Amino acid sequence: MFDFLDRFMPGILEMLLPRASEYALQIDVLFDIITILVGFWFVLVLGYFFYLIFRYRYRPGLKAEYITGETHRQKQAIEIPHLLILACDVLIIVPTFLVWYNVKIDIPPAEEEVRIVGQQWAWTFHHAGKDGVLGTPDDIVSVNELHLKKDRQYTYHLESRDVMHSFSVPVFRLKQDAVPGRVISGHFKPILSGEWDVQCAEMCGIAHGIMAARVFIETEEEHNTWLAANTPVGSSDEYVATNDSKNSEVKEDRNNG
Amino acid sequence: MAEVTHVDGAHDAHHEHHKPSFWSKYVFSTDHKMIALQYMFTGMAMALIGGYFAYVFRMQLAFPGASIPFFGTLSPAAYNSLVTNHGTIMIFWVAMPVLIAAMGNFLIPLMIGCDDMVFPRVNRLSYQIFLLSAIILIISFFVPGGGFGGAWTAYPPLSAKAEFNATPFGAPMWLIAVTLEIVAFLLGGINFITTVMNARAKGMRMYDIPIIVWMIVIASILFMCSVGPLIAGAVMLLFDQTLGTGFFDGTAGGDPVLWQHLFWFFGHPEVYVVLLPAMGIVGEITCTFARKKLFAYKLILYSTIGLGILSFFVWAHHQFISGVDPRAAYLFTTTTLLISIPVAIVLFAYIATLYGGSIRFTTAMLFALAFTGEFLLGGVTGIWLGSSGVDVYLHDTYFVLAHFHYTFVPIAIIATFAAVYYWYPKMFGRKMNETWGKIHFWGTIVSFNGIFIPLFILGAGGQHRRIYNFQHYPDLAGADMQDMRVFATLSLIVMLAFQVIFIVNFFVSLKRGEKVGNNPWKANTLEWVATSPAPHGNFGATMPEVYRGPYEFSVEGREEDYWPQNEKPSES
Repeated sequence: MFDFLDRFMPGILEMLLPRASEYALQIDVLFDIITILVGFWFVLVLGYFFYLIFRYRYRPGLKAEYITGETHRQKQAIEIPHLLILACDVLIIVPTFLVWYNVKIDIPPAEEEVRIVGQQWAWTFHHAGKDGVLGTPDDIVSVNELHLKKDRQYTYHLESRDVMHSFSVPVFRLKQDAVPGRVISGHFKPILSGEWDVQCAEMCGIAHGIMAARVFIETEEEHNTWLAANTPVGSSDEYVATNDSKNSEVKEDRNNG
Repeated sequence: MAEVTHVDGAHDAHHEHHKPSFWSKYVFSTDHKMIALQYMFTGMAMALIGGYFAYVFRMQLAFPGASIPFFGTLSPAAYNSLVTNHGTIMIFWVAMPVLIAAMGNFLIPLMIGCDDMVFPRVNRLSYQIFLLSAIILIISFFVPGGGFGGAWTAYPPLSAKAEFNATPFGAPMWLIAVTLEIVAFLLGGINFITTVMNARAKGMRMYDIPIIVWMIVIASILFMCSVGPLIAGAVMLLFDQTLGTGFFDGTAGGDPVLWQHLFWFFGHPEVYVVLLPAMGIVGEITCTFARKKLFAYKLILYSTIGLGILSFFVWAHHQFISGVDPRAAYLFTTTTLLISIPVAIVLFAYIATLYGGSIRFTTAMLFALAFTGEFLLGGVTGIWLGSSGVDVYLHDTYFVLAHFHYTFVPIAIIATFAAVYYWYPKMFGRKMNETWGKIHFWGTIVSFNGIFIPLFILGAGGQHRRIYNFQHYPDLAGADMQDMRVFATLSLIVMLAFQVIFIVNFFVSLKRGEKVGNNPWKANTLEWVATSPAPHGNFGATMPEVYRGPYEFSVEGREEDYWPQNEKPSES
């Protein structure tokens, strides 16, 4: 449905920033739907407002009319626009629910997994190694560099070691807060090769402003080359040592895996 | 009536016996008008501090790393502290004191025709606590570690532990200041509601109350109902900071997201707490200068009450992506979009009030009209953000920032200016200069749009808030984006420069403004019955009686186009 609608939309967000995830298109279309519906009413109301200001400006000898706005007919001047707004609200709510379900609630079966850990003030990314399974000794851990394979369905597991952070990738149109003590999972599917910004979107202390990372979207071969060029975390014990000792639940999962 | 005269007689006696000293007149006064002025001047002084903070961090964003005139170089920690305290000051120490406290205190007794608030000493205590809170906040900028820098929302664990926020003194002082400020407004709110319900002039029925008085009463009720969770949360957070408890610490059995619920359960109604008085101001001024009866008074009143109730069910739209159950977004998206309806009804009613009018473009009216136009943009941009699907992307970007500045600047700046230009004659017995007022108006409005329209575009382009230097982000470091940042900063400087005109006009008019009579705008409400400036006790020997509603402008068959509420109907 959103692919179809996209053909008729102006694509405002795409003019500013490319779409690098599968669901970016849906969010962009929703943005455009709202822009058209709200923009139409905004321009109309503001135009009418300016018309009234001009039309009823003070001129000598002109007396204002006495209108209470209490009669049924006069109230319609407000009731009809407000019913139209209600109709527009419904037109916005329905696609909003669809997009929200697709982006945040329904997590498709994962083809790849990645663990993302925020801390003051860096992002640590745990990539599955050659075996393709997260939490094994051949995992590659990198700081402020997230390497993803293009056109693969990812599930991410987001954690924080200290305070609230927020994992935001504008080209994915994705944002999720990281809450200390919790593992929050979500999904994305990169569809555009390249290198893009990751920002922290939640105030997290002095160096919040420079808690920047980059996401690299690569082909299978490029990704394997990168994997080969990096040292795996090694044995299970060392792996644990590099991780947050507070998150015992998460640590246990990794040991069992 | 006899009783009222008696009370007034007591006032006269009071005046004869001892002339008030400087201290009892200006500092420890219980007169509602003096307390209103104390709140207003404190709020304006705080606005200067908040505006200066905005200037410093906007300069950093436009010219990263450069030395800033009148400040020096800005460190990341100081940047965080400035953005945090800019937000805190503008909401809690500017919008609240000026719109609710100053306007409520000044207008309520005058507009409902009584001699003072029913609890004048509670009123004085309210201002004293407020002043104390402002002083604590200002001192917190100078303690070791500096002022609190964890954003005005103060999310724990960052705000809860000094090891995370590096402001061991700034954070608790910030929290204590906010809590005291809220206590001050609780005292004020009790006074407003009680006074309006009990001390109205003879003959003033519920539907004869001017809409701004209703708006302030509804705002006070909203404030009282929403503030409990915040105070509870603030005390828990203070314990977390100072005693090492773990209410908001996940590792100690608490939950950091709980704070967000407590904060926003207060925080969203709070938006309406400051919005409603601003809307009331604009309603009064629109009617007076359009010479029109307020369109659909009862509909506005009931929509406002509906708006108030609905505002308690929207808070989690601030938390769509904060880790709460994502299914909650269905409910909060729906309530958030529904709240657009009562707001739209009130704005439509104001626009409809212009229909058939005879609009006088005084400075006050220009500001009131600008409120309606600018707030419309602030209101509608909320729809993008209320839609959870788009909020995934826009949350915490400059789009949000531009959105709420398009609501808060019309509320706290534009509506306040409208009110000052309109009620200045009643406060000081003189008018402000209209020519300079109009120059101030155009400079302020044009530069205001110049600041925030570029920020909408930057936000839609993925630029996040509270980031000290965008040059660290290759996608955001482009020259075109930097040009927009520079443009916004220059617009801010222009806007601040035009406020000098206002300040000079304000103080010069105190001495040299055109002297005016009791009712310079030919308005209907009771404050224009009192002499300008209104004396202690407001109405002298005879308290006004009310015979009609507040907006009987341009009634057919009358010579004059206004009909004061207290004018006796001719015997026939």
